[in-house]
Amino acid sequence: MSLLQVDQIRGGYGDVDILNGVDIRVEPGEIVAIIGPNGAGKSTVMKAVFGLVKVREGSITYRDKEIANLRPDQIVRQGLCYVPQEKNVFPTLTVEENLEMGAFIRNDDFSQDLEKVYELFPALYEKRRQPAGALSGGQRQMVAMGRALMLNPGLILLDEPTAGLAPAIVDLIFQNINKVNGLGVSIMMVEQNAKQALRMCHRGYVLTTGRNRHHDTGENLLNNREVAEMFLGG
Amino acid sequence: MAEFLQLTIYGIVAGSIFSLGAIGLSLVYGILRFPHFAHGDLITLGAYFTLLPVSILGAPPELSFFFGVAATMVVAVAVDQILYRRLRKVAPVILLIASVGVALILRSLVQLFWGAGNQYYSQGIDMPWRLSGVNVKPDHLLIVAGAVILVVLLHLFLQKTKTGKAMRAMSDNADLAQVTGIEVNKVIIWTWVIGGGMAAAAGIFLGLDTRLHPVMGWRILLPVFAAAILGGIGRPYGAIVGGLIIGLAQEYSTVILSPPYKPAVAFALMVIMLIFKPTGLFAGRKA
Repeated sequence: MSLLQVDQIRGGYGDVDILNGVDIRVEPGEIVAIIGPNGAGKSTVMKAVFGLVKVREGSITYRDKEIANLRPDQIVRQGLCYVPQEKNVFPTLTVEENLEMGAFIRNDDFSQDLEKVYELFPALYEKRRQPAGALSGGQRQMVAMGRALMLNPGLILLDEPTAGLAPAIVDLIFQNINKVNGLGVSIMMVEQNAKQALRMCHRGYVLTTGRNRHHDTGENLLNNREVAEMFLGG
Repeated sequence: MAEFLQLTIYGIVAGSIFSLGAIGLSLVYGILRFPHFAHGDLITLGAYFTLLPVSILGAPPELSFFFGVAATMVVAVAVDQILYRRLRKVAPVILLIASVGVALILRSLVQLFWGAGNQYYSQGIDMPWRLSGVNVKPDHLLIVAGAVILVVLLHLFLQKTKTGKAMRAMSDNADLAQVTGIEVNKVIIWTWVIGGGMAAAAGIFLGLDTRLHPVMGWRILLPVFAAAILGGIGRPYGAIVGGLIIGLAQEYSTVILSPPYKPAVAFALMVIMLIFKPTGLFAGRKA
């Protein structure tokens, strides 16, 4: 059984469909990358999974449970977390308060998970009393991923985790994604840095105009001539 | 010197009342992104609800305070869930206009039930204490102490409780709050509980200081808005400082201006702020 199974979904904002039949699956423990040109519907797929874009047709199951068109807070309860692109921390809240918000739906003691996040990202422990808005872009991305980890999710959706970050920090972000994956958490990410994303992922999907174009292991996609010409700069 | 001290006392009393009103206005703006024009009438309603146990049961206004605050909280939440909730997905200007409608409805209901004339919590004169040439009424102490207690409670709520933190989170970024799993409607309800409660307290204190009248809240809406904008709208802590500045400025202005110009002073301060630093002293939201 796949952890996440997206089957032939169609949908978008208002009357215009952006997704015209997309299939994606994520197996437990996997990193799956979604790449494609601008306007291919990469981010829209994530938003559709997370109930932020209306799904008109098709199905989305998580652990065999239908989640299409549920509210985001209902989806979070299933063990699925979403880290939006940029603006993904609460700037006036401290780092620790940001992490606490990740555990909002939990009523039990989450101090162990807080420890776990600080262990994974020691830089955050030092800055735990500072407002998250004062952190660097890379550290903010850690806060955003840490906040998602507070729920012990099975799968984290990352929407362009390296958008707007300096090249030096991009490597650090990919290392952090690997670290999170090392905890046994599956990752589904949309990325502009297609080459790096394909190098680190287990499998990748190439979308164009809201449809699946290619689907293969990361390595095969890197060696695919058509994909290389289209997105990887030859 | 005595005059200056006297005006300072009046300014702090008025400022406490403005602050309590401005806190709710700022919280609502931070969470729901619209200027709530019915806030003045929530202030009025709080004052009149408190009159009920006073006039019917003869209860002291100090005790009836809690009834007035609770009843106003219920009305604020009900108005939101019945009316504003249906308008959340439309442009904020629609909510603004709807809130003007709510203001008129609330004011008319107050006139219908309690009449259009002046009312008082207690008859007779509240004898002031005279301390080295300065008059202080016991009610003044009560108002300032009450406002301080409420502000401390608000601070503890916003900083220490899960719901309070979620409220600040939602004010920072409502979309992110939603995908984090924060129950948005629950936070909105709490915003109205606190905003409505603070407004009621402002109205009760205003009624204690002066008198009750169906437009008492509408009349102080301008200084309350000025206070919220001065402090950076969306920032409840800024609203507290903004309220005190407006209160003091209005009183000090009476040295050179005739007292009926007091609202003009608040308006002038608001305009000056909007020209030179539109985000307010504490960098609130841009519209």
